Amino acid sequence: MSVELGHFALVLALALALVQTFVPFVGARIGSLSLMRVGEPAAITGLALLAAAFAALMLAYVQSDFSVANVWENSHSAKPLLFKITGTWGNHEGSMLLWVLILSFFGALVAAFGRNLPPTLKANVLAVQGLIASAFLLFILLTSNPFARLQPAPIEGRDLNPILQDVGLAVHPPLLYLGYVGFSISFSFAAAALIDGRVDAAWARWVRPWTLAAWAFLTGGIAMGSYWAYYELGWGGFWFWDPVENASFMPWLAGTALLHSAIVMEKRSALKIWTVLLAILTFSLSLLGTFLVRSGVLTSVHAFATDPTRGVFILAILVFFIGGALALFAFRAAALAPGGLFHPISREGALVLNNLLLTTAAATVLVGTLYPLVLEAVTGEKISVGAPFFNLTFVPLFLPLLAAVPFGPVLSWKRGDLVGAAQRLHFAFAAAVVSAFLAFFLIDRGSALAALGIGLGLWLIFGALTDLALKAGIGKVEPAAAFSRFRGLPLSVFGTALAHAGLGLTTLGVVCVTTLETERILTMQPGQTAKIGGYALRFEGLQPFTGPNYTEDRARFILTGADSVRLGELISSKRLYTARGMPTTEAGIRTMGLSQLYVSIGDATNDGGLVVHMWWKPLVTLIWIGALVMMGGGGISLFDRRLRVGAPARRKAGPAAAGEEAA
Amino acid sequence: MIRTVLLLLLLALAWPAAAVQPDEMLDDPALEERARALSAGLRCMVCQNQSIDDSNADLARDLRILVRDRIRAGDTDAEVLDYVVSRYGEFVLLKPRMSARNALLWATPVLVLLGGGLIAFVNLRRRAERRAATLSAEEEAALKSVLDERD
Repeated sequence: MSVELGHFALVLALALALVQTFVPFVGARIGSLSLMRVGEPAAITGLALLAAAFAALMLAYVQSDFSVANVWENSHSAKPLLFKITGTWGNHEGSMLLWVLILSFFGALVAAFGRNLPPTLKANVLAVQGLIASAFLLFILLTSNPFARLQPAPIEGRDLNPILQDVGLAVHPPLLYLGYVGFSISFSFAAAALIDGRVDAAWARWVRPWTLAAWAFLTGGIAMGSYWAYYELGWGGFWFWDPVENASFMPWLAGTALLHSAIVMEKRSALKIWTVLLAILTFSLSLLGTFLVRSGVLTSVHAFATDPTRGVFILAILVFFIGGALALFAFRAAALAPGGLFHPISREGALVLNNLLLTTAAATVLVGTLYPLVLEAVTGEKISVGAPFFNLTFVPLFLPLLAAVPFGPVLSWKRGDLVGAAQRLHFAFAAAVVSAFLAFFLIDRGSALAALGIGLGLWLIFGALTDLALKAGIGKVEPAAAFSRFRGLPLSVFGTALAHAGLGLTTLGVVCVTTLETERILTMQPGQTAKIGGYALRFEGLQPFTGPNYTEDRARFILTGADSVRLGELISSKRLYTARGMPTTEAGIRTMGLSQLYVSIGDATNDGGLVVHMWWKPLVTLIWIGALVMMGGGGISLFDRRLRVGAPARRKAGPAAAGEEAA
Repeated sequence: MIRTVLLLLLLALAWPAAAVQPDEMLDDPALEERARALSAGLRCMVCQNQSIDDSNADLARDLRILVRDRIRAGDTDAEVLDYVVSRYGEFVLLKPRMSARNALLWATPVLVLLGGGLIAFVNLRRRAERRAATLSAEEEAALKSVLDERD
């Protein structure tokens, strides 16, 4: 019964989304305030309906209602409750439902909290949101209905893909979608502005918090996905340049560029046209990501859907929105007045450089991801584009970007002074250079590459701290005055510093683990000891273990430190999920400080030994800690008073809004 | 076909992790290091975007052993790659060769960077000129006096 209600709510949501698309749009064209206002209740009710539909599906999962095809395909009665719940979005249909749910969540936020938006802008934004929701709801209802019933109902389900039965999966897709879909708001704002033919600094101020929120979620989502792949796949890698990873990374790169160009537009009224284009491109890349993952056009490690009709449908959505928005842009961009002037050496100039490098990086990842597909479609020839290509092209683009980051915030607007900026950063630079030298001589496998990379990471961190110190006037004014100035700094300044420092932390982690990691592959007999990274692991033997829906062989290791101090146990196992008969590896990971010992086991040998693959991964956790810090930086910035949606506009808009009420 | 690939993929994915087996490894650490580096750039043909160094599929193991055999036989890195490509085609290379067919792939970063840089530069220049041209002689004088005052 609740399943049919969910289905019904989904259909109603589509009808409502169409209303949300056309009524406010027409209202904005003919200047009817009452028609424009229809968008708000439509958006909020749409959210309620989709939440109800999602809840109905989740209920079917929790109750293991195998008469629902989707539940039968992806669940099992013996599955732990947590994974029954997360299984709701661990499949194609459910994850598309989550996608539109989040889309309507953002639309409802605009409807509820965008009180200060000019009515036509708000109506247009909600109309574009409604159009996106309509397209995807149609897609779900026509090709991917999660509520389809089975007759007769099977007794037992086919279980969720075991590698997806993990807490990481519970968090990864929702975070990722909050990011992906969050960019739809920037897109809708851009389209609305183009429809209106008006873009000004206030527009940037409205767009920025949405972009910031989406970016912070996407950062967290990507980091979570990376950590999940790291511990779940058992290869010990943190980034594989897999097409599905690239699909989420491209919007991140473009979104990062958008975040920065929106600052220029808000503060200096420059780069307007570019910012609008970037807002369109960022969401286009999100849509492309959805297409790549959901259409099954790539069969990669993450892919779990293959059906060409779906692919063609999403491709049509993709072409419609990207093509439509770009056409709109081509027709209207000329009408947007170019903005303020600036000298190449200025904070604007630095942000242009940031945008140039980030956009090139995004284009490189895009072409690298699509090239094999296009080549095969056109000529039938098959090539592979993998990690070695991306490392060779992406890294040289990103290094100058990282090196330039600390300069941005310390340059002044409009006309900066590179020598002055360099002088302001001399302490950070000296500290980074000294650290690089120390790293070179202190690390016994001292490599120039590692030292340079460590120096680069620290340069970012010290640069961020220097920016804070400069803005607080530390060293220039008395300590007490500096302290009060420090406390009075706008939150966005802290946000910037934190995000840049987080980037430095991630850089440090990536550099250390790629250049200093040690690895051993060996066959161990019970009682045998292997040394790695200054620690010793003694293999105790294999023991069978039975979990709720799996059986596993657990290898026990006793970990001892350099001076033979016992540090505890480490368990690494091979699991067999009984329902699908699918084996997985559960790596044994021990975190020591910021570094990790990573052990995964292979086959048992005939003489009673066990193949063991172990890694010492120095500072590896910094990769994800850095991402969390970046996310925190975005979050703090979001609470800046000036950015709180329309906060400054409220005072100005007050009398005007009152006037409208009277009229 | 796709289902077969998916099935193979699942199997390859799900195999227990230790990809490189101790019995495959070369005794000479320098040669073994070369073998690992080469393996990281070769695709496991039945997997998706996984190198033979990471993969546990049987085919990846065969290829790893092949690479080591060639290295032991005295091949240079380039010779090993040529040999593998001659048997399995360019599909096996995770880093496509720089050829006419792949020109666009390799040129993209450079083209976008230069093109974007050029557009930004031209825009900045043109706008600066346009603005400069819009100042009349009187405005210039007024501006100059203001600037002088500030100094």
